[in-house]
Amino acid sequence: MGRTLAEKVWDDHVVRRAEGEPDLLFIDLHLLHEVTSPQAFDGLRMNGRQVRRTDLTIATEDHNTPTLDIDKPIADPVSRTQLETLRKNCAEFGVRLHPLGDVDQGVVHVVGPQLGLTQPGTTVVCGDSHTSTHGAFGALAFGIGTSQVEHVLATQTLPMAPFRTMAVTVDGELPEGVTAKDLILAVIAQIGTGGGQGYVIEYRGSAIEKLSMESRMTICNMSIEAGARAGMIAPDQITFDYLEGRDHAPTGADWDEALAYWKTLRTDEDAVFDHEVRIDADALTPFVTWGTNPGQGAPLSASVPDPASFADPGDRLSAEKALEYMGLTAGQPLREVAVDTVFVGSCTNGRIEDLRAAASVVQGRKIADGVRMLVVPGSVRVALQAVDEGLDKVFTAAGAEWRHAGCSMCLGMNPDQLAPGERSASTSNRNFEGRQGKGGRTHLVSPQVAAATAVLGRLASPADLSDAPVLTEV
Amino acid sequence: MEAFTTHTGRAVPLRRGNVDTDQIIPAHWLKKVTRNGFEDGLFEAWRKDESFVLNAPERKGATVLVAGPDFGTGSSREHAVWALQNYGFKTVLSSRFADIFRGNSLKNGLLTVVLPQEVIEQLWKLTEADPTAEVTVDLVAREVRAEGVTAPFELDDNARWRLLEGLDDISLTLGNEADIAAFESRRPSHKPSTVRA
Repeated sequence: MGRTLAEKVWDDHVVRRAEGEPDLLFIDLHLLHEVTSPQAFDGLRMNGRQVRRTDLTIATEDHNTPTLDIDKPIADPVSRTQLETLRKNCAEFGVRLHPLGDVDQGVVHVVGPQLGLTQPGTTVVCGDSHTSTHGAFGALAFGIGTSQVEHVLATQTLPMAPFRTMAVTVDGELPEGVTAKDLILAVIAQIGTGGGQGYVIEYRGSAIEKLSMESRMTICNMSIEAGARAGMIAPDQITFDYLEGRDHAPTGADWDEALAYWKTLRTDEDAVFDHEVRIDADALTPFVTWGTNPGQGAPLSASVPDPASFADPGDRLSAEKALEYMGLTAGQPLREVAVDTVFVGSCTNGRIEDLRAAASVVQGRKIADGVRMLVVPGSVRVALQAVDEGLDKVFTAAGAEWRHAGCSMCLGMNPDQLAPGERSASTSNRNFEGRQGKGGRTHLVSPQVAAATAVLGRLASPADLSDAPVLTEV
Repeated sequence: MEAFTTHTGRAVPLRRGNVDTDQIIPAHWLKKVTRNGFEDGLFEAWRKDESFVLNAPERKGATVLVAGPDFGTGSSREHAVWALQNYGFKTVLSSRFADIFRGNSLKNGLLTVVLPQEVIEQLWKLTEADPTAEVTVDLVAREVRAEGVTAPFELDDNARWRLLEGLDDISLTLGNEADIAAFESRRPSHKPSTVRA
């Protein structure tokens, strides 16, 4: 019987397979950041161990870094200590680090791909659940805990429990104004936050094949929000074109050899998935969340659901608690929900394509009075590219704040946070209670919806802007 | 890692599903660079509500957390496991755990037990009616026991063995040095490296 893409990549990395033991997998790329690594380095020190493969390890600073005044000392002493700890650990163990102020600094999941380190058929890990992002290249990429970070630092391997395979097949074509973000939010709403538990998801179908690498990253990024172990997309010409010429992409004979291998990384015709989900791209519309987990979402054109409409008692209770926390009423049209803050950024939607999309909506417009819009590029290189294209000027002319690269308001570990009761439209990945600041309320949206929401001050899509250009028939 | 064989203690019934790790330990606690001192951050936002179950005086000293489905979703932060352990929990029972949280828990000796939702309901009813009711989680017999409840649970032999013995995964893996070195020697040259060109 044929194998799926995930099974092929897995099999190619088995260091040891023995009856009654989890497979021991080799890790091709280990990404580090300041939050989940300090205790792992401590563990190495306590046991007198070294980093086995510094040549397969790279670190950056992202979660704690401020997005203003980056040339000044970090005000929060605890954040500062954490960043200094990473710097000391990287120096002591010989790990390459891109600190705040470096041109290759940024959100770890933006930095890996842009350096060309994330490649098809590799295993990628990071002490960060959004490591699933890298699956967009046909890599098998897992978020891991700190004990596993220590394990990889010491051994460059991980014992991994077997997984099940799920195909999410998206056929058709995404309508104008509907993005990868809308698609993945719709997928999560359909399968639930636990529906992917134990699975590696492969996204496939004609709608996926047409997507850019950046859109594919948005989709794979949020696989974890469906509870999946990982998300993957088979590499193709779009992948190869993205990689060719990047700093760490193979060159010369290595490129030819790599390309020949990468082309084998497709699910065999006769392979069988343990579970299959089908989505019709043509039927999708802009999608937003109304609740406090990423599965609690609905089309923007819908209304806040009535908790009583949920058959499962657990779902009903969860919806009741969510509406109470979010300060929403059942039946309220989502388009009437007013926001205070708009956040464009994160490992989900902080790449150049996302900034271009948001900029195209606010171009020549002003954001609504009383709304603050933060635009936070995913990396310094994304920021430089955006400046080069004049996008920063478009945002600031509209009244938005153009910030320095980092995780920022996605999780509020730095000063960029919502105040209690404040409501955001956010291009990030999690609408959990307090995620963006204590008592803050988050609606997950695409960059286009975020930008239109900033202009109107309420949840909106570009099509809602009265002076929006009339879309021509395709 | 601390070994886990069997544990008996009072329980905290947590009637909530989809408890994400941001609720278990909010992000601002993640700036700490240690594995301890997280107990006050456990369910920090919910504990501000006096009626939250953890605040009930009769739950003080409870060591068994009985939670709704999809416990530990979201962020990979191992701090969630440390916070539960620092607070005093030895085991968490749920009908479904998020994968990364489950992996983290087992690596730290916090036994996460998957039980059918009906059993979770039974345990909720029992421990809500009688806060002094004790729950036993027996890893040797792979069984959860409480008054009127005897429920077997599954855990693969390898994970169970490592927990029972309190084994260090890294030492086990380093025992396979020859396999790792052999794999490295046949790894293709086109594979990525972080060394600057």
